[in-house]
Amino acid sequence: MSTTTRERIGLLLVALALIALPFVLAMAGTAWVRIANFAVLFVLLSLGLNIVVGFAGLLDLGYVAFYAVGAYAYALLASPHFGLHLPFWVILPIGASLACLAGVILGAPTLRLRGDYLAIVTLGFGEIVRIFMNNLSSPVNLTNGPKGINRIDPFQIGPLNFSASDTIGALVFSGPIKYYYFLLLVLLAVILVNRRLQDSRIGRAWVAIREDEIAAKSNGINTRNIKLLAFAMGASFGGIAGGMFAAIQGFVSPESFVLNESIMVLAMVVLGGMGNIWGVIAGAMLLSFVPELLRYTVEPAQRALFGKLLVDPEVLRMLVFGLALVLTMRFRPAGLWPETRHRRELDENRA
Amino acid sequence: MEILLQQIINGLTTGSVYAVVALGYTMVYGVIQLINFAHGEVVMIGAMVAFSIITALAGSSMPPLIIVLAGVMAAIPACMLMGYLLERVAYRPLRHAPRLAPLITAIGMSIILQHLALMVWGRSPLAFPQIIDNRVFGVGGAAISSVQIAIILLSLTMMAGLSWFVYRTRFGIAIRATAENVHVAGLMGVNADRVIAATFVIGAGLGAVAGVMYGTYYGIAHYTMGFSLGLKAFSAAVLGGIGNIAGAMLGGLLLGLVEALGTGYVGELTDLCTWPMAQGWLAEQCADGGHFVVFGSNYQEVFAFLMLILVLVFRPSGLLGERVSERA
Repeated sequence: MSTTTRERIGLLLVALALIALPFVLAMAGTAWVRIANFAVLFVLLSLGLNIVVGFAGLLDLGYVAFYAVGAYAYALLASPHFGLHLPFWVILPIGASLACLAGVILGAPTLRLRGDYLAIVTLGFGEIVRIFMNNLSSPVNLTNGPKGINRIDPFQIGPLNFSASDTIGALVFSGPIKYYYFLLLVLLAVILVNRRLQDSRIGRAWVAIREDEIAAKSNGINTRNIKLLAFAMGASFGGIAGGMFAAIQGFVSPESFVLNESIMVLAMVVLGGMGNIWGVIAGAMLLSFVPELLRYTVEPAQRALFGKLLVDPEVLRMLVFGLALVLTMRFRPAGLWPETRHRRELDENRA
Repeated sequence: MEILLQQIINGLTTGSVYAVVALGYTMVYGVIQLINFAHGEVVMIGAMVAFSIITALAGSSMPPLIIVLAGVMAAIPACMLMGYLLERVAYRPLRHAPRLAPLITAIGMSIILQHLALMVWGRSPLAFPQIIDNRVFGVGGAAISSVQIAIILLSLTMMAGLSWFVYRTRFGIAIRATAENVHVAGLMGVNADRVIAATFVIGAGLGAVAGVMYGTYYGIAHYTMGFSLGLKAFSAAVLGGIGNIAGAMLGGLLLGLVEALGTGYVGELTDLCTWPMAQGWLAEQCADGGHFVVFGSNYQEVFAFLMLILVLVFRPSGLLGERVSERA
């Protein structure tokens, strides 16, 4: 693959924009930097789920369970709850491995199920994990139940503390801005891994299974192991994202890992365009930012139009969001930015 | 023994509600092989509409049974309309789209329905007016209320009615033909669009009745109730073998029973203090009649899902589902 000068300049501009972004957002308020951080977290989650749903074609409705495993692993190993304070670079791999293990435990017995049956089993698994987190406060207090775990340690690299502000020259690096750069680095790594995976032998095996499992099997692909691998890899990404979520938020509770979160991440993947990394990223960005933008625009817009508040802004925001989901899928059924192979399939269907 | 009987009665009551909701999922799935993710919200709308009618008439001098009936009669057409709109907006335009696209439109529709209900009926749970004189009968030491009897009987009647409709009428043949093969059914003169819309509408009508039953049984309606009810019912449909009408009924009843029995007994069974090897540290916890319950009734939902997962692991297409090839 050769890159032209124009492409290089384009990439450089995107990189510069991403580097400058938190400072621009910080001018509108630190809240927006936090929103950007959560958007990046959702991009990470969507990319993880994309491996399972987009590449391998396995519908997973309980993906948030792996996110929860990662988050709770971090919370338990770096908070006053058990008095443990391990550094983050130890916990993140632990969280990823635990999530991976959870993925294998879920996947091993269930992967011979057909599409929708697999969907409901994963959904049940997600709910079971959440209910356990919610109830494991008695008889022995493991997770502190619905109250959740708070005062979780922030990231700490040597003298650099991610919860405090540092000033370098005229630039103020607040906590969220530091996390933003860290997340950006992780995102870059995840994108690279995803790109390499997609073009690898494994990636092609996933696509083969998605397109026709029997044909894939007869071509010598060990479908069970390859599917399990998709589950395990997707789960590990979820676990890493969960660990970072716990550190950024400083607090975890079962409330954050409800089924709706799984559905939201799935919506990001499908809306953006399953299987296409850039589409998935776009979908995650869009569904993270649009509701927030609506939060800030719906109320003033109503006051400007009608002079008073007609509908509760929160309700209207969700109504618009639901409508957006319906309309996007109605006019772009394969997603906003579909994978080329998907697009071809769709045209064949229509012909 | 009385407790066992009581749990079975309670389980059968909730199970019948699950079964009727599950019929809605299973009919739609049978015909277009798609999960109608917004079905739970339709049921919720049914409960809400009935609540409004019943509350409005509760003060009048009409006999209570007529009032409840009026509520049901208002809920059914409202839900049927919802079901029809759902099919037209979220499913029909996407019939040839990739499989996951209608899933997203259905999720969008359920978000819309939920928040419309929030706008109309408010955020707080609504208490159904208790107008029916709920008489309680004793059966072998357990109690069964007239509402429970009514729910179980009504569900059985509806299931029998649906079976008759699907297996004994001309339109039922059209539905089964479409489920078998849309294209061939079309060649035989079946209007597939009409059949598919009809399954949505019939499912929604049944769901409306289920919503009222749920509301009168638990005495409460809330704009988020459709979510968990839908989830249970969908699990029930899958448990029985999705697409199979008898399976939905079996799955619903079974799920209700397991939930009730699990809630009633697992807490006792996993109380380690009742186990013989309670000693040392554990014995201290158990002193003075203390308990050390590992899985209490707060795990209610886990039992249902665990059973679902176990059944599917051993019978991948549900209890009554036919063995279908990988790519049907």
